[in-house]
Amino acid sequence: MKTIYVDNNATTKVAPEVVSAMLPFFNDMWGNPSSMHTFGGQVAKHVEKAREQVAKILGAQRTSEIVFTSCGTESDNAAIRAALATTPEKKHIVTNTVEHPAVLNLCQHLEKHEGIEVTYVPVDAKGRLNLEQFKASLRDDTAIVSMMWANNETGTIFPIDEIAQITHERGIPFHTDAVQAVGKLPIDLKKTPIDFLTLSGHKLHASKGVGALYVRRGTKFLPYIIGGHQESGRRGGTENVPLIVGLGAACELAMKYMQDEQTRVIKLRDKLEAGILERVKRVTVNGDPDNRLPNTTNTSFESIEGEAILLMLNEFGICASSGSACTSGSLEPSHVLLSMGIPHEKAHGSIRWSLSRYNTEEEIDFILEKLPPVIEHLRKLSPVG
Amino acid sequence: MWNYSKKVIDHFLHPHNVGEIENPDGMGEVGSLACGDMLRLTFTLGEDGRIKDAKFKTFGCASAIASSSALTEMMKGKTLEEAEKITNKDIAEFLGGLPDEKMHCSVMGREALEAAIENYRGESNGKPHELEGRVVCKCFGVTEQVIREAIKVNSLTTVEEITHFTKAGGGCTLCHDELKKILEEEQGIAAAKTEGKEITVEAKVLTNIEKLHRVEELLKNRIAPALAQDGGGVELVDVDKDVVYVRLKGACASCPASERTMRQFIEKELQKEVTQSIRVEETV
Repeated sequence: MKTIYVDNNATTKVAPEVVSAMLPFFNDMWGNPSSMHTFGGQVAKHVEKAREQVAKILGAQRTSEIVFTSCGTESDNAAIRAALATTPEKKHIVTNTVEHPAVLNLCQHLEKHEGIEVTYVPVDAKGRLNLEQFKASLRDDTAIVSMMWANNETGTIFPIDEIAQITHERGIPFHTDAVQAVGKLPIDLKKTPIDFLTLSGHKLHASKGVGALYVRRGTKFLPYIIGGHQESGRRGGTENVPLIVGLGAACELAMKYMQDEQTRVIKLRDKLEAGILERVKRVTVNGDPDNRLPNTTNTSFESIEGEAILLMLNEFGICASSGSACTSGSLEPSHVLLSMGIPHEKAHGSIRWSLSRYNTEEEIDFILEKLPPVIEHLRKLSPVG
Repeated sequence: MWNYSKKVIDHFLHPHNVGEIENPDGMGEVGSLACGDMLRLTFTLGEDGRIKDAKFKTFGCASAIASSSALTEMMKGKTLEEAEKITNKDIAEFLGGLPDEKMHCSVMGREALEAAIENYRGESNGKPHELEGRVVCKCFGVTEQVIREAIKVNSLTTVEEITHFTKAGGGCTLCHDELKKILEEEQGIAAAKTEGKEITVEAKVLTNIEKLHRVEELLKNRIAPALAQDGGGVELVDVDKDVVYVRLKGACASCPASERTMRQFIEKELQKEVTQSIRVEETV
């Protein structure tokens, strides 16, 4: 059975070009970039090339502003903890209610165990940040503001330029978790005063196990993982050379395909969304249709539950995800959808479709052919169908 | 991805007995859309007193649909007395097991069966099934009775398991202390049963003076030293019948977990050593 993969906000296929770029560093060039001998030392220049590639996709002024990490979660932890550690007298964080658990659970942990106060700025029904409330939440003892670039569940994009300006004017460090944005949206850090930016390899067709943190030059920093002198003393641990090289290659590819993402992927996503709305009754789209990621749409099917939909689609090789409680192992549905004021029953019936440049029009047609009977079948089973 | 058995997947993809019987002899409806699963069960009885037909309609995940399908298969051909004996464990076993986190689906099946039989006997209107007894978990509307039965039937040993099986405690978590207490009580009963003893009331009813002395002594010699290890302390304020009023000192007073420390530790110790019915309250 062919796999139709439309769950790219969860993880992405490693691009074949990225695999090719990584292989030599598993096979022949396995040296340690910190070594004095040529065999190891020669590897260092490939790590530096990757740093340039990552800096370029972000529009960073200097390659030294890029720190390689193991994943997005590590980058988020490193940024927020660096701000707290460098300004210990400031004990307040501003974030929002729809962040990824990498930021949200960290903030809750800091509140519970480390005496930090956190303000969670709410969002509206489309998942848009309340800017007035955001401004009002800033305090003199705010150590850092952390706001995601785009939401992983709905694709809604936050007004990052405005948030960065407001935060900058107040002299507060600003961190953005941009794992869903990098590679899908053009980013230029030369124009936006962002202090920390998180990106993750496996969300943009590189491997799992590698990420990066952008740290603007001049931003106060203390390492989260303490050890050797690697990454200019900002992150201990021998560099994960193959994966770092792969991340660099993936960034270069993403720049090449940025136009594709903005045109072809958007068209496929729109076709999928319009097709669902046309063929299935009692469906709503969650998120902000006017301002969201080009690859994402999130739909709620009334009277049925998301896990059941996913498992029936799975029978056709279609891979998507859901905000229902049953898929998470917790009993509450998606905190993102609930924060937007979407009722529990609609959150239970939500499906997220997230495309990539590898999807084809045939695949979208296939989904549109298989989905309506699945919904109809499950509604027949439902007591409120 | 859940590790569902082949039988769960089979009953999910090809459910048996889907639908709703018109003019059923019994009907039970449990769960709600907001909670993520809901089941409506209908059945008819044959002239021989056995369940002739059973049908279901379910809103929920794969294991909720499979549990409903399994239940209707298991009910058919049974007398009501036989059907009543079906436990959630039987439903899970029929399906070749359910993941721990999904056991509440089998409990929902069992509850619907109970509601439908009660409805047949004229004890309830079936829709919606009246909650019996005190609601312990307000987030998911789970009663003490449902929790106690799940503990008994499935030999549950932790609060996490209670959540997996009944959903109780899976929301705001405010009822966790109470769940722990119910669990301890049930475990006490189970332990006594295996020892062949009947649970009896306190062997001797304490006089107020005796009670006061024992509480005083325990607080001073056992509980206060234990709290002191964490930089805290406790002072006895008053004893009124079975309610012991205390004041927390030191680290305890400013610790947000103090309420829980108190309930779990002081109360448990006093219940163990003085009387089961003792309650501890903090005064400011």
